[in-house]
Amino acid sequence: MPKWVTAAEAAALIPDGASIMVGGFMGCRSPHRILGELANLGTKNLTLICNDGGMPSGPSGEPLYGVAKLLANRQVKKMYGTHVGLNPEVAKQMNEGFLDVSLVPQGSFVEMIRAYGAGLGGVLTPTGLGTIIEQAAHVHSVVEIDGKKYLLERPLGADFCLICGYKVDKAGNIWYKGTTRNFSEAMATAAATVIVEADNVVELGGIPPEDVVTPGMLVDYVVDGGRQDG
Amino acid sequence: MDKEKIKGFIAARAARELADGDVVNLGVGMPTLIPQYLPAGVKLILQCENGIIDSIKPSAEEAEPEFAVDAGGQSALAAPGGAYIDSSVSFGLIRGGHVDCTILGALEVDEKGNLANWIIPGSKVPGMGGAMDLVVGAKKVIITMEHTARGKAKILKQCRLPLTAAGCINLIITEMGVIEVSKDGLVLTEINPEYTFEDVQKATEATLKISESLKEMA
Repeated sequence: MPKWVTAAEAAALIPDGASIMVGGFMGCRSPHRILGELANLGTKNLTLICNDGGMPSGPSGEPLYGVAKLLANRQVKKMYGTHVGLNPEVAKQMNEGFLDVSLVPQGSFVEMIRAYGAGLGGVLTPTGLGTIIEQAAHVHSVVEIDGKKYLLERPLGADFCLICGYKVDKAGNIWYKGTTRNFSEAMATAAATVIVEADNVVELGGIPPEDVVTPGMLVDYVVDGGRQDG
Repeated sequence: MDKEKIKGFIAARAARELADGDVVNLGVGMPTLIPQYLPAGVKLILQCENGIIDSIKPSAEEAEPEFAVDAGGQSALAAPGGAYIDSSVSFGLIRGGHVDCTILGALEVDEKGNLANWIIPGSKVPGMGGAMDLVVGAKKVIITMEHTARGKAKILKQCRLPLTAAGCINLIITEMGVIEVSKDGLVLTEINPEYTFEDVQKATEATLKISESLKEMA
């Protein structure tokens, strides 16, 4: 069974220099409450694994949506992502030489995370062949199998996984609403410690076993986000 | 034509490449105009790489941008009969050849069907997002773009910018014409009657062949 903590307690589990993978797409259902507390704590030298750099503002006009909070605070030294163009802070810190960004094709990004979590040694993909990605550090080599060439992408894991689920039951089982499962399903398998922010906490049985997307056995900590509409 | 008219003209032509029931992924910008130009009776299944199959625009009351967005970050919904999926399944569908067509813009294209649209070293480094996977995996890759950028050719002998993928393009649609990528190079198959072939060639660095069945672009 997962441990139940506040968002501040969850953020305090993460030390300086940790690697964190964070769910969400352009901030959509990133674990906003935990990220807010992590920004408050000012934890430094983080390696961030996230699709993007979040957004300068959210759909309700709230400033610094998603991981943009950590980036604005200069808490991230190294980032793996697929698209960082929508948060100008990323380019600014890259140009200053403060932030090191490794860009990964989005399909490879999720599959590298899945591979780590599934105990696989890498991912063979045609994506990136004939491009500068062949020389990227996350690529092991170009390999040929039965006459076809592929990039061998390395697995990608982290110390912590921070994700958000719409319904989380008392065993930590997660159901995601709308498009919010994106990278979270893979990320929950690929980190030493998995922390889930629950929009709604439900009783056992509140998510039928057939509808569980992320099994609770993967989840170490749950933060009750306090919504009552699940 | 002014910029807005050019966009509509290109999008309308691109819409005619699509058949009823096609699974299509549209890039941000001009390609998102295409659905409004679909011929009657053609309904697409729009795939959004962040996890929607059969994406539709919600009404203001239905929109929940905290929980459901398309790959451009705009409010979206899975239509009844559609599905929400995770990124792994989504890109599995893309790389696995289950998406019929992707339509996206370009910074540069070339004679070999190479595409560059994700990075301008030293100036813009936004990232490739899902573009590299989409152009490698989709069955058909269509580029919609203005023929030139500030008077400079974008259809080149060889791309100068870093590639998104090599040899991935099937068709290029601009306000001047429609160009097929064949194994013998670029073939102009349709021409906007406002231009002569010489006009089009002059705005193109690559050498264009004229199709034997060259048609007016409308």
